[in-house]
Amino acid sequence: MKLEGRALNIGYGEHVVGRALDLGVETGSVVTLLGPNGGGKTTLLKTLLGLLPALSGTVAIDGQPLSSWTARERAKRIAYVPQIHNGTFAFTVADLVLMGRTAHGSLFARPSAHDRAVSLQALERLGIAALAERPYTMISGGERQLALLARALAQEPRFIVLDEPTASLDFGNQGKVMREIAALAAADIGVLFTTHDPNQAVRVADTVFLIRQGKCLAQGPRTSMLTHDLLTALYDAPIDVVTGADGTIAFRPG
Amino acid sequence: MKPRLLAAGWIVPIGVLLLGLVLAFTVGRFPIGIDDVFGVLAAKLFGTHSTASQATQAVILNVRGPRIVAAALVGAALAVAGTAFQGLFRNPLVSPDILGASSGAALGTVVGIFFSLGIFAIQALAFAGGLAAVAAVYAIGSTVRARDPVLVLVLTGVVIGALLGAGVGLIKYLADPYNQLPAMTFWLLGSLAATSVHDLLPLLGPVLIGMVILVALRWRMNAMSLPDEEARALGISTVPLRIAIIAAASLITSASVAAAGIIGWVGLVVPHLARSLVGPDFARLLPASALLGAGYLLLIDTIARTAAPIEIPLGILTAIIGTPFFIWLLASAQKTWS
Repeated sequence: MKLEGRALNIGYGEHVVGRALDLGVETGSVVTLLGPNGGGKTTLLKTLLGLLPALSGTVAIDGQPLSSWTARERAKRIAYVPQIHNGTFAFTVADLVLMGRTAHGSLFARPSAHDRAVSLQALERLGIAALAERPYTMISGGERQLALLARALAQEPRFIVLDEPTASLDFGNQGKVMREIAALAAADIGVLFTTHDPNQAVRVADTVFLIRQGKCLAQGPRTSMLTHDLLTALYDAPIDVVTGADGTIAFRPG
Repeated sequence: MKPRLLAAGWIVPIGVLLLGLVLAFTVGRFPIGIDDVFGVLAAKLFGTHSTASQATQAVILNVRGPRIVAAALVGAALAVAGTAFQGLFRNPLVSPDILGASSGAALGTVVGIFFSLGIFAIQALAFAGGLAAVAAVYAIGSTVRARDPVLVLVLTGVVIGALLGAGVGLIKYLADPYNQLPAMTFWLLGSLAATSVHDLLPLLGPVLIGMVILVALRWRMNAMSLPDEEARALGISTVPLRIAIIAAASLITSASVAAAGIIGWVGLVVPHLARSLVGPDFARLLPASALLGAGYLLLIDTIARTAAPIEIPLGILTAIIGTPFFIWLLASAQKTWS
């Protein structure tokens, strides 16, 4: 399956954020969206999720335009992991993850035993089953990110879209989220995520999409995208490339 | 939440309701024993014989009975509407009149009193005013294209509420200061003193309809309390669902305000207390709020008619009791907002 945006002009009403964007995600692969602040990353994500109508162009899954689907049909195929928030009400982690089953039940249906089992599996898969009865408002940032990811898994989607999944996480939790993203792709889920750290793309991305000021600077396999010249142009800032003895590379702001 | 804790969470709402019922039937200028209450109610419901005097039967069935049913209904209604709105607006400081239901009903009432209409016409005007105000707020709010539709609705509600408040002020200013103005003031402060059996049906109908809708949507309401885009990404069509919840909660609120006047605080405080007892899951929260709201207003109404030689307006009592209670809640639950 392929989630694909073609000739997308994106933005809010009169305010055009990005133009002429083409981007595709295959199931089983990871696409990383890199770009400076205000470049249109989040707007592009929301357009691909169907949360924001494209100003022109189409978003489609295997050629079927997303705009013709109901929210429910869409939610069965694409899940969204938002940037972690504090939460208003103290839902337990189990209740939060159970909300991922919304699209699988009818309007008035109570969650079935199957829904609860799927939610529990999602928690176990991410190793946070022990948090199930804790209030979401009382757990750490890293745990919240995993809980939101578990909710997306409970949705049983073909694609998962994550908005800066490591934005406020410590070093250890960043690694954990990257490992989970690689595992999702291995489980034949298509993953699209934004990040400010090119090193995460080095680690998990199959395809890298570079977006600057609403335009696609370049896109392609990570090895040809993650170069000194392209990243310098992307961020309009000096970038140092560190090469290890075994040929692995890492980037750091210069 | 552990099952044992869960059970403990239900004891308080049920206990408060039972206590409220017993006190409301027995306490007052005409004290009645609890055995007489059971006897008379059993006689009425099951046709058994009651040994209570005619006066006792009259007080239970015609005076306190309707008022108790009304207090329990209005208390449950305001608490449930407040619970729904707090979830929908993702804000625990929201009360049922956030979208102008009370201000619209108030304007309807003072207009009715101003034109010296009958009591049913006044109540109908109050009911219609409340619903019309919410419909206007929703219509105006949804024409504004914004990234946070919920915030726009709240702000529109505040602005329209202020406008309707000005309308109420104008009518009061023009009203006859000897007959109409006291009636308006008394009504606006909230009271169940004049409740009779005939008032119950117009209250019961809308409240039941609204509650059935909200309870049916309880699982969806959990996800609706997430940010709008998240709820949509989970597969919810947020616009029609939001309209349904607002319509149901406004139906409930308008019917309550039409029957009992403006009683603040119940819809704000009770959902908080219920949430701290059974958690934020609407499947448990809605019934807990309803029970607690019913018991709470029964207790308040009993105080209103017994604490002083004259009836104390309900709105004043709920504010006097609600304010310190709410501050205590804030101080004790600030860590989780639950």
